[in-house]
Amino acid sequence: MSHKLIDLVHITKSYDSVTILDDLNLYIRENEFLTLLGPSGCGKTTTLRILGGFETPDQGRVIFDGEDITQLPPNKRQLNTVFQKYALFSHMDIAENIAFGLKIKNKSKTYINDKIKYALKLVNLDGFEHRMPDSLSGGQQQRIAIARAIVNEPKVLLLDEPLGALDLKLRYDMQYELIRLKNELGITFIYVTHDQEEALTMSDTIVVMNQGYIQQIGTPEKIYNEPENAFVADFIGDSNILPGIMVEDRLVNILGAKFQCVDEGFGHNTPVDVVIRPEDVDLVKPEEGTIRGVVTHLIFKGVHYEMEVKANNFDWLVHSTDMFPVGTEVGIRVVPFDIQIMNKPLSEDEEAVNIEE
Amino acid sequence: MKNNRRLLTGPYLFWSVSFIIIPLLMIIYYGMTSSEGHFTWTNIAAITTPENLKALGLSLLLALLCTVICLILAYPLAMILSSSGMSSSSFIVLLFILPMWMNFLLRTLAWQTLLEKNGVINLVLTAMHLPALNIINTPYAIVLGMVYDFLPFMVLPIYNVLIKLDKDMINAARDLGANGLQTFLKITLPLSMPGIISGITMVFVPALTTFVISDLLGGGKILLIGNVIEQTYKQGSNWHLGSGLSIVLMVFVIASMGIVSKYDKNNEGGTF
Repeated sequence: MSHKLIDLVHITKSYDSVTILDDLNLYIRENEFLTLLGPSGCGKTTTLRILGGFETPDQGRVIFDGEDITQLPPNKRQLNTVFQKYALFSHMDIAENIAFGLKIKNKSKTYINDKIKYALKLVNLDGFEHRMPDSLSGGQQQRIAIARAIVNEPKVLLLDEPLGALDLKLRYDMQYELIRLKNELGITFIYVTHDQEEALTMSDTIVVMNQGYIQQIGTPEKIYNEPENAFVADFIGDSNILPGIMVEDRLVNILGAKFQCVDEGFGHNTPVDVVIRPEDVDLVKPEEGTIRGVVTHLIFKGVHYEMEVKANNFDWLVHSTDMFPVGTEVGIRVVPFDIQIMNKPLSEDEEAVNIEE
Repeated sequence: MKNNRRLLTGPYLFWSVSFIIIPLLMIIYYGMTSSEGHFTWTNIAAITTPENLKALGLSLLLALLCTVICLILAYPLAMILSSSGMSSSSFIVLLFILPMWMNFLLRTLAWQTLLEKNGVINLVLTAMHLPALNIINTPYAIVLGMVYDFLPFMVLPIYNVLIKLDKDMINAARDLGANGLQTFLKITLPLSMPGIISGITMVFVPALTTFVISDLLGGGKILLIGNVIEQTYKQGSNWHLGSGLSIVLMVFVIASMGIVSKYDKNNEGGTF
């Protein structure tokens, strides 16, 4: 896990004076499942295309295994791409599609046939050799696209929103399939998505991007539990983002009430952003809570109830398995560990944007 | 509702019966009868006379040459057009369609004037002390006229196919290790076959049957099969012989289209 396989150094890219990537620095370790996550237009696909060799950065270098490959054309790179809309060759059958890369490399017929069999077995599509791409469902085409890429034994597989066009059920199945593939092949996956749930499920490392900047890099747990800024908190799952004042170490003033927390080193009376996940808000009897509020909305979500509680002029989003009818007066309590304190954004670029597209 | 819809086909039915089917049957009737009205093969067999065979052979040769030249010119052009940025490419495409809006007779006449012994081209060439170009009234001038007139019909279908080609398919081929030439030969070219086929159809057929271009640029000295048929009808007033030769030409057109469309697996864009 420790070996740095790919290093992106000071990458800048713009189209028609619109800056897509601004001084991006990122390294990817061997055998890592790394996900580039962000809203559309955040630069994640451009980053992937630069890795694949379909775009050249305006500035910066791409280092692969210690070698500068910035100017290397795609056909000379030891990585393969799975495209968003599969891009299977429509005039070739499945076997020819999978054999394409191997034939270019002049592999022997028996080697190619063995590889086709192995790849089809790996993606659970044995016996599809002589079907045409048009006759396959979206999920099947996607798996063929993966098979076509992996027979070339790339060191890295780049996946550009590969599950975007599939329906929900199939998407869940494919998520597990991809994790299984990654473990069986033992290669590096770089995955691009705007779906935070996909990212949390599959990744070893998530890179959250917005407007050409990396917002946070970390494990799924770290990204979810300790978002570094309001954008990350807002983009990954539901959250309550509240303005607060750090009174002193381990004590924060939120909406006029003092809450115990575990964060230190923010100084005295510093304005901060506070993130509290909806499942971490405990609803109790009014007199037992830190602040009091009234339930204004109630929706049954299956696993839990989703409630909105108006307290101190803020609509708190609450997920709980206990149900409090609309109009109930409740107390709100939060365990110190569940309060996440973040510095106010220093520049505009880090600010949380409205992502309800 | 159903009857109403059927009524709507009336005008088209009338059109095709009176202007396509009846004339076709008349040509077949005339072609297979003598002036006394008896059945005969002589009109069709007339194609085997040396001068008619020569005209048919020359027609096939020039049409083939024209098609090949058009294809060689049109393909790279269509590729450049389809790959350049949106704003500029639509303008260039317009430049190529623009001449199509002008009558092709006028355009051919313009070439006649340009190519004349004392025409504009030769004036410019002599002014620059270059040897004069004497191709008017030769097969070269006819091919030049054909290529000029029919080139847009080759460019557009190929351009239409290329512009719709999934760019990620090209990227995928490059990604899988193919270099530029391999990607072109294995992906771009096979996937643009429907456009090539329909381009060939749209150039070869009119080039094979033309008599106006050969008339104007061949100076009436070079006879293509179209000229032969035209003269039989107009100067000889021999409808029977003209129809017989027309049937032969039609068979050649249908046969060549059959050969071409055999290579068009998907049957898109072909005439059959």
